[in-house]
Amino acid sequence: MSEVKPLLSVEKLKTCFELDEGTVKAVDGVSFKLYPSKILGIVGESGCGKSITIKSILRILEKPGRITSGKIMFHSTKSPGKAESELVDLAQLEPHCKQIRSIRGNEIALIPQEPMAAFSPVHTIGNQITEAVLLHSSIGSSEAQQIVIKCLREVGIPNPERCMEMYSWELSGGLRQRALISMALVCEPSLLIADEPTTAIDVTTQAQILNLLRILQKDHNTAIIFITHDLGVISQLADDVVVMYLGRVMEVGPVDDIFHNPQHPYTKALLKSIPTINTVNRSWLPTIEGSIPHAFHRPKGCPFHQRCQDVIPGLCDQKTPALHPVTDHQSVSCFKIHDFVDQP
Amino acid sequence: MLQYIIKRLLILPFLLFIFSIIAFILIQAPPGDFLTSYIAELATSGSSIERAQIDALRALYGLDQPLYIQYFKWIGRLLTGDLGFSLDWQKPISELIGERLALTLALGVGTFIFTWLVAIPIGILSATRQYSFFDYFFTVFNYIGVATPTFMTALVLMWIAFKYYGLSVTGLFSPEYIDAVWSWDRTVDLLKHLWLPVVILGLDGTARLARVMRANLLDELKKPYMEMARAKGMSEWSLVMKYPVRLALNPLVSTIGWYLPLIFSGSVIVATVMNLPTIGPMLLRALISQDMFLAGTIILIYMILAIIGTLISDILLAWLDPRIRMEDN
Ligand SMILES: Nc1ncnc2c1ncn2[C@@H]1O[C@H](COP(=O)(O)OP(=O)(O)OP(=O)(O)O)[C@@H](O)[C@H]1O
Ligand SMILES: [Mg+2]
Repeated sequence: MSEVKPLLSVEKLKTCFELDEGTVKAVDGVSFKLYPSKILGIVGESGCGKSITIKSILRILEKPGRITSGKIMFHSTKSPGKAESELVDLAQLEPHCKQIRSIRGNEIALIPQEPMAAFSPVHTIGNQITEAVLLHSSIGSSEAQQIVIKCLREVGIPNPERCMEMYSWELSGGLRQRALISMALVCEPSLLIADEPTTAIDVTTQAQILNLLRILQKDHNTAIIFITHDLGVISQLADDVVVMYLGRVMEVGPVDDIFHNPQHPYTKALLKSIPTINTVNRSWLPTIEGSIPHAFHRPKGCPFHQRCQDVIPGLCDQKTPALHPVTDHQSVSCFKIHDFVDQP
Repeated sequence: MLQYIIKRLLILPFLLFIFSIIAFILIQAPPGDFLTSYIAELATSGSSIERAQIDALRALYGLDQPLYIQYFKWIGRLLTGDLGFSLDWQKPISELIGERLALTLALGVGTFIFTWLVAIPIGILSATRQYSFFDYFFTVFNYIGVATPTFMTALVLMWIAFKYYGLSVTGLFSPEYIDAVWSWDRTVDLLKHLWLPVVILGLDGTARLARVMRANLLDELKKPYMEMARAKGMSEWSLVMKYPVRLALNPLVSTIGWYLPLIFSGSVIVATVMNLPTIGPMLLRALISQDMFLAGTIILIYMILAIIGTLISDILLAWLDPRIRMEDN
């Protein structure tokens, strides 16, 4: 494992929104590594900065969002004019420059959080997917259409030729999601980012889509960053898990270690809140006490200390713990486990 | 698509029927019949009209018969292309309005093209560069454009043109071409005169349209498909032009319908101020002198224009937006 180079390595990424009311530190020093053809799950409560993290990676942050520091090292293999692969720091690129545009869609593709409105309602599905192919290659449009039809068939769309002529609102939720997946995969990216791809569809379809993603991932050796609230999905799908809270990584490690040997109090609390069939008292589910502080009133010290059961007064509310390894693969950011302070 | 257009066409005769009744009611609206007031007017001005001629007119318009027969007589003559006779001008109506109608159309179409060509780019640039100097500049400009009455703009521009360039910018033709037959030179002369009224008439509409376009586009720019298109690797400019601009235009297309007649009626004051030989001032005069058949004909033409405008915008909208096109299937 150690000789394999990571495909993507995010280091102390910070992203801010400077508003009139103050600065929102949406992502506040996130670090993780993703290896080729692995699936990385990112979990965390709503508003903890999952989407902003991946928008920072793709450099599609909306204004006034801005990366203030950190590195996003990406192993680019399709860079035009270069035969060999190249390590690019995406955080250093201009958001609209040619290089990042040739990576977007081509090497890093996105399945967005809102699949319902991800297609334009007045352009056909075929038009919009073919466009993605044409952007990144010099083939003719009829050839591109053949590629798209093949890709639509691969994601399990019946009668892909007809689907090409259809509009997004003519498709059912499940088919639309499949069409989106095929749009993301049509250029054979090495990294696929799926931002809660299954929240908007029903449970059966959800299972089918997850299965599909797993199969596609095996066939094409695509690495995936999978964002979700659903720990159950993560446990089935991911190789590694990043647990986020208020723009920071609380714990990161292989999925088995995180689920069976969680170290961070927040991870433990999250795991306890999953309903299981064996839960003794069905009417009561443990919840994490308190609520997420507002982004403007970020607490000093560890962001979780106000809600933490194991809080150490005088330490956790003063200093921010570093994300430090506790085993070979697992790292935790908690003073209960180690006493390394985060160096900004 | 074809089915959709046919459906729209099928309701046309029905709409025309309703509108012709409304126009007829307007003709009948002044108290007494027009012939009586015409005779009275002639009497006050000292001239007189022969008994026989009055009786002929009475029979022609069916003035002694019930209203619905009068209506059918009128509509019957219209259908055969006989628009009637203007007592005020003492000329057949078709002869009176023929050229004026053509000039009014030229002015209306010119204004329309000017408005869209100027307003849409301003709207796009203001929205994509929201809160930039450009955006603020045109916001202020648009407020002024909307708030200034068109005839004021006309007077000011005419004064400037006269004072600084020595140009007399009234009318649509140079004196030597006013009554000339149509020729290439006359068309060129018309174009030379047309631009100023086009700019004046278009200013208000341009300001409004630019504001609506800006607002629509700002809405579209926040939609998730933008993020998706960016994530595909499209360049910002080409994706803005392909997706949000296209979607922001859709609601505007449906305004074309009432835009056409609006230009005609809105131009009355400017046309009077600038002495333009268009149909607006003629309608005004016809209404004042109770030349009701002329007025009714012009109003009916307005209504037909409104129908044509609506038809055009319906077809355009269906062509631009598949959701509307397929609704009917
Ligand atoms: N355009 C913006 N302007 C200001 N703040 C923003 C903006 N977008 C996001 N934020 C802030 O960034 C933080 C993280 O948002 P983000 O969308 O990444 O959450 P998330 O983890 O994806 O949540 P969810 O699970 O609900 O999608 C939020 O607290 C939000 O207030
Ligand atoms: Mg999100």
